[in-house]
Amino acid sequence: MLAILKRELSAYFNSIIGYIFIAVIYLFGGLFFWVTSIYSGNADLGGVFANIMMIVELIIPILTMRMISEDFKLKTDQALLTAPIRPISIALGKYFSAVIVYLMGISVTLAYAVVVSFFTTPDWITVLGSYIGILTMGMALISIGMFISSLTESQIVAAAVTYAVSIFIILMDGILGFFKKSFLYNFLSYLSFSKHYKNFTLGIVNMENIVFFLTICVFFIFLTSYMLEKRKWN
Amino acid sequence: MVKIKNLVKRYGTKTAVNDISFNIKKGEIVGLLGPNGAGKSTTMNIITGYITATNGSVEVNGFDIMKNSISAKSQIGYLPEQPPLYLDMTVKGYLKFIYDLKKVKLNKKQHINEICERVGISDVYERPINKLSKGYKQRVGIAQALIGYPPLIILDEPTVGLDPRQILSIRNLIKDLAKDHTVIFSSHILYEVQMICDRIIVIDAGKVIADKSPEELVSDGVSGNKSVIVHIEGEIEKVLDILGKISGVKNIEKTKDLKENTYEYIISYEGTDSIKKEIFNSLSQNQLCLTKLDDLDTSLEDVFLKLINKKENEVCDDPEQEEILEVQEETTIISDDPIIDNENDDEGQTDFDKNV
Repeated sequence: MLAILKRELSAYFNSIIGYIFIAVIYLFGGLFFWVTSIYSGNADLGGVFANIMMIVELIIPILTMRMISEDFKLKTDQALLTAPIRPISIALGKYFSAVIVYLMGISVTLAYAVVVSFFTTPDWITVLGSYIGILTMGMALISIGMFISSLTESQIVAAAVTYAVSIFIILMDGILGFFKKSFLYNFLSYLSFSKHYKNFTLGIVNMENIVFFLTICVFFIFLTSYMLEKRKWN
Repeated sequence: MVKIKNLVKRYGTKTAVNDISFNIKKGEIVGLLGPNGAGKSTTMNIITGYITATNGSVEVNGFDIMKNSISAKSQIGYLPEQPPLYLDMTVKGYLKFIYDLKKVKLNKKQHINEICERVGISDVYERPINKLSKGYKQRVGIAQALIGYPPLIILDEPTVGLDPRQILSIRNLIKDLAKDHTVIFSSHILYEVQMICDRIIVIDAGKVIADKSPEELVSDGVSGNKSVIVHIEGEIEKVLDILGKISGVKNIEKTKDLKENTYEYIISYEGTDSIKKEIFNSLSQNQLCLTKLDDLDTSLEDVFLKLINKKENEVCDDPEQEEILEVQEETTIISDDPIIDNENDDEGQTDFDKNV
């Protein structure tokens, strides 16, 4: 797993993908921080994190589109799947490499807390809650993107489908407005990322929300591993 | 080293591998030979655990590829048809990655350097793979298969895309590897297989149609009949009549019109070579001029085509298809080197490759 993690990490920075991903988060994160905190004189970083969520949802497909599909395209999956390692190790190696790049991106928000601390004492509970929220939510999105990438040889298709899923997640609360209260409404409402994430930005670190995002991670990592295994049977 | 039993692979209704069984002993160099789409790569992919067989079993060094896949895979170094290269990496970075991936326990730097030296890629060690020529990429692919020096090396068409000098060095490398490895490699360059292998397994339409040494294959292909190629000036009917009376002559076939009233024939015969003297005497007694008489060696190419054609004839009832096969057979007889010619069409191989 470590070999794959190292290789994938280097791949992000051998190409411009890693740099673009981090730059977009820095750029928009900085913009939101300026508008909602510095310019408005607000020490509450909850607003920054709430806005960053949308950016994260929109740029994670860039990070995940190549994860597995590139191997299928270049036939490097033959090196991976004939090596003495299990498909789950391949999935985990790739997954954690993307998570590390993601962490590099969102870690910039630490600087915001430090800047705020020069002027006033930030609400550290909210900051911590937001970090946990943005981390777990991003990890869940990465796992979904990786799974989608394992369904196709085309990075473009993988990116497009992941974008569609991300946009659906963003619009989910709006879509729910068209549903009457029913089992489907309750089910979709439970799956709403923003509802689970919003609690974190309010400083509410609820185990249920953490478990929600982590369950999605585990589910899609295993599903990706299954897709790699299934390829042998095709 | 390798035990393959009743291997079957079906893709929907198409059967790519149809009940293949063979064993390979330690230290053997085995060539898998067959036309495109015969099932060579599928068989190799199953042996390496990349794909799963519909039926049957594969055992590598005592480990079942299905039941004990991790241990079985650790016994194998594999170069697929398309080298599995990460183009964004340098040769150094890529080989280090493969070393880590295979969990090799040797001295990393020394081991990788040794392999680079052996495969001839030391001069491009620091270069990105996407900047390398096809030949170098192929050699990096071979290098990754050798990482960890697994006891079984499987190479799927390892010389495709290489220049003649590289082909020679890779062939020598394969021979060298066989000193301490078992090697399975596929090719449709028959000369190459004949030159390198201890044993040839001919696969066609997913079935093993021959499993012998190159010498056995050639001698079986001769089937007791030898042939001479002759150029004779004179009427065809008269020539056929005279030659047909010579005892031992089994078949006479006119293969070419050379110049006015001169033709090329191939005469198949059995018995001793004294028949050549009889041919000469009979023709001269009848005032016919013999301008050339040469032995026609039965090459592995001929045997290969005979095997394939025999197989096709068994299943082919279509008269049009039979016509095609007849044309192929004729080509086999006429051409000095039919397969090399065919290879020119398919892979850009030249006669120079053969000479190398």
